[in-house]
Amino acid sequence: MIMQDFAEAFRLAFGLVAAMDADLIEIIGLSLRVSLAAVFVAAVLGMPLGALLATVRFPGRGVAVIVINALMGLPPVVVGLLVYMALSNAGPLGFLQFLYTPAAMIVAQSILITPIVAALTRQVIEDMNFEYAEQFASLSVPWHTRIAALISDARYALATVLLAGFGRAIAEVGAVIIVGGNIAHLTRVMTTAIALETSKGDLALALALGIVLLVLALAVNAAVMSLRASAQSSAHA
Amino acid sequence: MKTIRSSFLIAIALCTSMVFAALGQAEEQSIIVQSTTSTQNSGLFDYILPIFQKSSGIRVDVVAVGTGQAIKNARNCDGDVLFVHAKPAEEKFVSEGYGVKRFDVMYNDFVIVGPPADPAGISGYSGAAASLRKIADTKSTFASRGDDSGTHKKELSLWKKAGVDVNAASGTWYRETGSGMGATLNVSVGMAAYTMTDRATWIAFRNKGGFKVAVEGDQLMFNQYGIMQVNPVRCPNVKASAARRFVDWIITRPGQSAIAGYKLDGQQLFFPNAARQGAS
Repeated sequence: MIMQDFAEAFRLAFGLVAAMDADLIEIIGLSLRVSLAAVFVAAVLGMPLGALLATVRFPGRGVAVIVINALMGLPPVVVGLLVYMALSNAGPLGFLQFLYTPAAMIVAQSILITPIVAALTRQVIEDMNFEYAEQFASLSVPWHTRIAALISDARYALATVLLAGFGRAIAEVGAVIIVGGNIAHLTRVMTTAIALETSKGDLALALALGIVLLVLALAVNAAVMSLRASAQSSAHA
Repeated sequence: MKTIRSSFLIAIALCTSMVFAALGQAEEQSIIVQSTTSTQNSGLFDYILPIFQKSSGIRVDVVAVGTGQAIKNARNCDGDVLFVHAKPAEEKFVSEGYGVKRFDVMYNDFVIVGPPADPAGISGYSGAAASLRKIADTKSTFASRGDDSGTHKKELSLWKKAGVDVNAASGTWYRETGSGMGATLNVSVGMAAYTMTDRATWIAFRNKGGFKVAVEGDQLMFNQYGIMQVNPVRCPNVKASAARRFVDWIITRPGQSAIAGYKLDGQQLFFPNAARQGAS
């Protein structure tokens, strides 16, 4: 029975992709839009924050680093609940009318992955800052120029940091199902569709969607890596 | 260096446009209906909502959760219409001023499904309380929703009728999944446990694993669905006129015949019984 489902899943996954199933394309498109937007927000907020923590000494920095690192383990369902309570019409941000829209899902995923981007950026930049410390000191480089130089030189490692954030965002279901509501043609993404098909007992279709999701993650990672490879080769040319 | 910079710029531009694309909602008239998993998982909404949208131009977005959570969400004004199946809780919702007026919409029934081996020997019973007592006496595994849903509330009322204290047995033969109907059915099949489900979800369920309906036909297992508008006085954000049009549609002939027209494998899943049927 299970093995049959397994074989059926691969056949279904292939069939769905080959047929360019309209619903599937819509769901994939929304998954990508939401998660890439969340990565963008996390990059804008998390990278400077991580760089700041890595390069600037201030009281309480140690605690801040520990907190950011701990927040990498935020449970998606808790984030979903908090964002729901904030965005609900009975909550403080209800006037935004974000609840049950892709905007709410972007907010939730951004909260989820900004700590990941910030914490990993801090580690990457701190290691590099250590290497560059003498040079910076001898040239008396101001702090903002220093951060810009470090981010620019660490860009390949930071691309991987963003991929880690993207991976977490595209794979989570706990937050988006609460704040998005898994509404057909509006807020249904890959993971919530998988949860729905599982609850209908259609395990083969659920797994087929899972296979498509894996291939999607693979494609995004391959695209970033090839971008990086071509950038590297042109820089060395 | 230049290619890197330009590719970064392109990436940023792409992401920005995605944020705006995701934020910009199509300005089409739509309402949010807080409803239950049984109506969604059975495929009913996929069948009737396009019919309503075609005649009214209003898109209905369904948030399908357990009845308990649906009511809670509606109390927070996060929805325009409530469409669930737990009459006492619905009447409380209306009497406390959260809903406008409750209408009967349709019914089906609950059934107790179980493993083919039938360890409690209840196959063919029609008395709900008697079969539950037998399950308890034989300590046969039973999976409960345990999630404050309409089905869960009904199941607890039947245990009470049977005179069985399930709280005392929780974690032994009585297992609360704390999940939706579909997830609970998956668990039941996985551990060969009896469970109670609405008939629509059961018929549409694809992972039956040899499970069969063991008990059906008791008046006590009647499953009534009700609909009501979220009160615009309490929740100024609700789209009152569109919500009223949906409620009116579903309790009059067009909506009622759409419900009756939904069949799966030749079986009708929900039976319309709105009092106002045929009135308009």
